[in-house]
Amino acid sequence: MTTVSLTVNGRAVTAAIDPRTLLVQFLRENLRLTGTHVGCDTSQCGACVVHLDGKAVKSCTTLAVAVDGSSVTTIEGLASGDALHPMQEAFREHHGLQCGFCTPGMIMSAVDMVNRRGHHLDEKTIREDLDGNICRCTGYHNIVKAIAAGAEAMGRAGAPLRQAAE
Amino acid sequence: MYAFTYHKPTSARQAATLLAKKEDAKLLAGGHTLLPTMKQRLAAPSALVDLGACADLKGIAVKGRNVVIGAMTTHAEVAASPEVQAAIPALAYLAGHIGDPHVRHRGTIGGSVANNDPAADYPAALLALGATVVTNKRKLSAEEFFTGLYETALDEGEIVTRVSFPVVSRAGYAKFRNPASRYAMVGVFVAKRGGEVRVAVTGAGEGGVFRWPEAEAALKARFAVKSLDGLKHTADGINGDIHADPEYRAHLIGVMAKQAVAQATGK
Ligand SMILES: Cc1cc2nc3c(=O)[nH]c(=O)nc-3n(C[C@H](O)[C@H](O)[C@H](O)COP(=O)(O)OP(=O)(O)OC[C@H]3O[C@@H](n4cnc5c(N)ncnc54)[C@H](O)[C@@H]3O)c2cc1C
Ligand code: FES
Ligand code: FES
Repeated sequence: MTTVSLTVNGRAVTAAIDPRTLLVQFLRENLRLTGTHVGCDTSQCGACVVHLDGKAVKSCTTLAVAVDGSSVTTIEGLASGDALHPMQEAFREHHGLQCGFCTPGMIMSAVDMVNRRGHHLDEKTIREDLDGNICRCTGYHNIVKAIAAGAEAMGRAGAPLRQAAE
Repeated sequence: MYAFTYHKPTSARQAATLLAKKEDAKLLAGGHTLLPTMKQRLAAPSALVDLGACADLKGIAVKGRNVVIGAMTTHAEVAASPEVQAAIPALAYLAGHIGDPHVRHRGTIGGSVANNDPAADYPAALLALGATVVTNKRKLSAEEFFTGLYETALDEGEIVTRVSFPVVSRAGYAKFRNPASRYAMVGVFVAKRGGEVRVAVTGAGEGGVFRWPEAEAALKARFAVKSLDGLKHTADGINGDIHADPEYRAHLIGVMAKQAVAQATGK
């Protein structure tokens, strides 16, 4: 067993874990933050994307011990109380989801995209940057629309480019 | 994944000591090749030596006429680096087209070259630019370093510490991506340094990355897209798989070479 200490959604957590524990396992099984999904478990689909020190990573391909001392934001960390984050609201508004399985990863990737590229995102950029996220339901059109709208809304809301937790 | 012990040294020297002490130990960089392999139980190291806290393996510096990139520098850092963008824009472009944004946030140049996947992007850049791989023991030219499919000249316990790229006058990279994995089905890197031209091909060779001498000669005479007109790469020694047969890949080499030269010449 190894001890790992992280800040998850602004909260300090410490646990003794087997070094094999993947970050996604730690989030879901130890912390019961089940918003982060496992779609493929082979690094392809992006359902497991979380922010690690402010950057989008696949938590199924990251060891929890390896990120000891880091700050992690999951989909649960985006909303403030009952108010959805502007990107979450945009997905709802533009019908950017059907079954919802890919959605946490899509939204975390979308916020990362805004962090890297700013509030004005064109369709080509969004599609290219979604390379690492797979959706079996929507055909992507409404996800792309939702991200463009969510990015603009984040600008208007003056949402901090990086989440407070990071 | 099978069980392993986990170690996190803070310098390359400490990492080398640990690696020598632990039987069956493996280095962990970004983990974006190693962890999927361990999950599939295709690799089962008894110990992982994580290079993530080795500050001496990180960072990008311009030294004289060379761009020196630490082994633990991520693809995203290389892509976004103003130094790399100014000195060798084609290298920043290449790094920015590896995998997807999430992979680029974790994957490293050291892990990529040490792994020498026949469809990886960096090996083409190292070979075409005439880069030097620096390890904790010695310096190797790209030609000496990449020895075959997933094979390198690295000895047991040897650690890549940095890669040094000479600044060239012109360079370009084009890849035809596997639409699912984003790896190169064929990737071609061209570089012109003084009177010398190098054309390196990844994704296509049965033995990994290789140079295309005929294209180099044609581009040496005149560094322009037109010089490659009518030039065809043979399908002998070219990979075939469910994604593309050898003939199709050989054809793509010519097409990607032209696109790379177009990028290098701004045409
Ligand atoms: C979905 C996906 C898509 C990808 N697409 C592409 C792509 O389009 N193009 C591409 O080129 N790559 C692609 N990759 C691979 C990616 O670039 C990897 O990050 C890279 O190949 C390995 O780097 P790493 O830092 O993750 O190394 P790790 O996985 O940590 O290590 C890989 C191997 O190298 C060894 N090693 C690591 N660092 C060193 C060192 N400093 N010295 C000696 N040995 C070392 C390790 O022991 C291990 O055997 C993709 C990966 C994924 C998961
Ligand atoms: S579950 Fe991590 S990429 Fe699919
Ligand atoms: S909404 Fe079902 S997978 Fe994307």
